[in-house]
Amino acid sequence: MAEISSPLQDFSADSRSGFAIKKATLYSVLSWLAPLLLLCLWEAASRLGLIASQVMPAPSRVAETGWQLATTGELFVHLGASLLRATAGFAIGGSIGFALGVAVGFSPLAHALLDRSIQMIRAIPFLAMLPLVIVWFGVDEAGKIFLVSLAVLFPIYINTVLGVRQIDPKLMELAKVTGMNWPAIVRRIILPGAMPSILTGVRYALAHAWLALVIAETLATTEGIGFLAMDAREFLQTDVILLTIIIYSVIGVGADGLARLLETRLLGWHPNFAKGAR
Amino acid sequence: MNKLVNIAKSIAISAPTDSDPFLNTPLAVSVSGLERRYGERTVIKSLDITIREGEFVALLGESGCGKTTLLRALAGLDAPDAGRIEAPGRPAVVFQEHRLLPWASVWENVALGNEKAIGKDGASRALGEVGLAGREDDWPRNLSGGQAQRVALARALVRDPKLLLLDEPFAALDALTRIKMHALVRELVSRHRPGVLIVTHDVDEAIVLADRILVMRSGQIAASYRPAEHAPGGLRPLLLNELGVATH
Repeated sequence: MAEISSPLQDFSADSRSGFAIKKATLYSVLSWLAPLLLLCLWEAASRLGLIASQVMPAPSRVAETGWQLATTGELFVHLGASLLRATAGFAIGGSIGFALGVAVGFSPLAHALLDRSIQMIRAIPFLAMLPLVIVWFGVDEAGKIFLVSLAVLFPIYINTVLGVRQIDPKLMELAKVTGMNWPAIVRRIILPGAMPSILTGVRYALAHAWLALVIAETLATTEGIGFLAMDAREFLQTDVILLTIIIYSVIGVGADGLARLLETRLLGWHPNFAKGAR
Repeated sequence: MNKLVNIAKSIAISAPTDSDPFLNTPLAVSVSGLERRYGERTVIKSLDITIREGEFVALLGESGCGKTTLLRALAGLDAPDAGRIEAPGRPAVVFQEHRLLPWASVWENVALGNEKAIGKDGASRALGEVGLAGREDDWPRNLSGGQAQRVALARALVRDPKLLLLDEPFAALDALTRIKMHALVRELVSRHRPGVLIVTHDVDEAIVLADRILVMRSGQIAASYRPAEHAPGGLRPLLLNELGVATH
């Protein structure tokens, strides 16, 4: 009886929303279907000899190589070396970019003294510096870290300047009225106020850092993902080369995920980033 | 006997013309010969004001008369071109906007710049006083306009100021919330007893809140009234007349 007396509209609305959920799941499954199909085609083409394994080894072959390198521990040594370079370069370039950004964003004097020079250096594609970097640092770790730092510095600098400029001057007045000292102003007002912009800079910087790392690691090295690729090239091991490409892209996706995690953690106060009210 | 009368007379003369109930309380701020110019335009000219602790002074005036400039000078946000401002300690300010840091919790906003000395307990107590107990860990964006302004009031009072400056603090609130805020502010001021200067262009607000109402016109104090000395409803037309609003 109850079912009959329930309004027709409710029933139809329910069924429609249920259908919508199913549709969304279906689309999400479909979106994975195309890449999987491509992978299967590739595997089949390799096994049937349509693609020479020296040109493009089968995905299963790449996976196997990856497993072998992982079990011997070789993969992790190289991965560790690459991540260390990326982290060191990011820390150095990021902190310099941030410090310059805060100074230039705040002080018209610092802006007058520094901004034009920084913009000039920024105009140079950082990869064009490569020959000079080799002359300066040789092919040591220092040169690679320098290149990564350089790639990271400018996106962080520009977005920090922008973030600092966007801070509400009324909050700076408040800082004056409440008698805050400079370290407190930086910690309580400037840093959190500029954070949305800085994190945008971090995401750009991560992409640039990765590019710099790939290039830097093609220089003479004995460790790192790039070394693995260069070494494999000598012996025409396309499976290893393919594996390094996949590793680079996976780490790139991971780094972006990390940056987004930072956004949700640090910008919990921000209505556009918040997952829910505290 | 004659001598005594003379002494009494001389006292009466040296005292201000109207009876001042705050005469014997300590100074909250003393301003003399204040001048402020923006280029050619003189915004404040040879202005004197004295406010004592516990005294609630309202500054009325049309927009552009220099009242906000005066408050900013007292707050240390604007440097005067001439004159002296003497105040014991740092004044606290409540602005028209709440100016809460959106990325700090409510209690951190109350204790801002002095977190260690005030602490969460001190901030909690101040929040309790403005009727917001239990909201310590909330984000400012979850507060209504009136609540946010009460947090701003707690942030000012937790510093135990000798001088409290209010720059049209209730102008952005709805009428009902404003009435509640008036009662709250009166109560808090009578408990903490700072000298208060409120800048407003709301005549009724000035009458409800203030012990003394100053009318500012073209950079000078043009008139001074004590609501206690006027019959209810008697002061309003006088003040409106001072502000150039005809009441007939």
